[in-house]
Amino acid sequence: MKAAVVVFPGVNCEHDVVHALRSLGGEAELVWHRDTDLSDFDGVVLPGGFAHGDALRTGAIARFSPAMNEVARIAAAGAPVLGICNGWQILCESGLVPGAHIANRDLSFICRFEEVEVVDTNSVLTRGAEPGQRLRIPLNSYEGNWVDPSGTGRVVLRYVDDPNGSQGRAAAVANETGNVVGVMPHPERATDELLGSRDGQVLLESFLHSLVPA
Amino acid sequence: MKVTVTIDRRPEIADPEGTTVKRALHDLGFTEAAAVRMDRVIHLEVEGDDPALVRDRVEEMCRQLLANPVLEDFTVEVDAGPT
Repeated sequence: MKAAVVVFPGVNCEHDVVHALRSLGGEAELVWHRDTDLSDFDGVVLPGGFAHGDALRTGAIARFSPAMNEVARIAAAGAPVLGICNGWQILCESGLVPGAHIANRDLSFICRFEEVEVVDTNSVLTRGAEPGQRLRIPLNSYEGNWVDPSGTGRVVLRYVDDPNGSQGRAAAVANETGNVVGVMPHPERATDELLGSRDGQVLLESFLHSLVPA
Repeated sequence: MKVTVTIDRRPEIADPEGTTVKRALHDLGFTEAAAVRMDRVIHLEVEGDDPALVRDRVEEMCRQLLANPVLEDFTVEVDAGPT
């Protein structure tokens, strides 16, 4: 059971994600955004960074990469798809999770630990966590302010405080079936005591346990 | 021909940048600036002879890429030049 970690030009968290998944006993490999066949993989992570330099809008250009056809296929098959930070923005632009992101309410680039609360465990990111559980995870974004005029996005993690104005204090949002999730803070940066927190482990373990052979 | 695309964030969607600029204007004494929206203008040079066809193509560009339908509306102005 193996996860693909898609590398778009300008992404910068791909190695952290692979390292974190492997350190938790998972199998993960980098794939290039122009790859057209991800049939060897049982799930996908879109890592954080600045795909295509955030030109036009965050995620607007990355969503047309050839690999995104495969991501859409994997999502439609019910397999786990996780977008972290910029990866969530790409999932929104693709329409795989509802909504979009705008600049943080106070126009600040936020780079610090934030506390999030588990509000819904019916998702590949949260199924191993307890409802109400609080986790300390680093947030690192300028456009983390999620808006969803459709009201259909399902918040699975929410900020305890309100750092960026995100609708419903959403820190992570799932699609209806819970197999596609976007998360703004970085669980992969909270998987070792050396990093100041291991609270991201339960989230990435949930993702790994959701991988089933394709 | 020259085409101007204006991308407007829908009024019901927050515009943190516009809010900040409005506050700065008020600090400078321009308190009559009652609302500020930071919209985006894209200038294109598009090959083609038929303004209607060019408009159709640019509207399609907006739907596919230039505008985000969750947040934004767009308007397209085609300048067919002197006739």
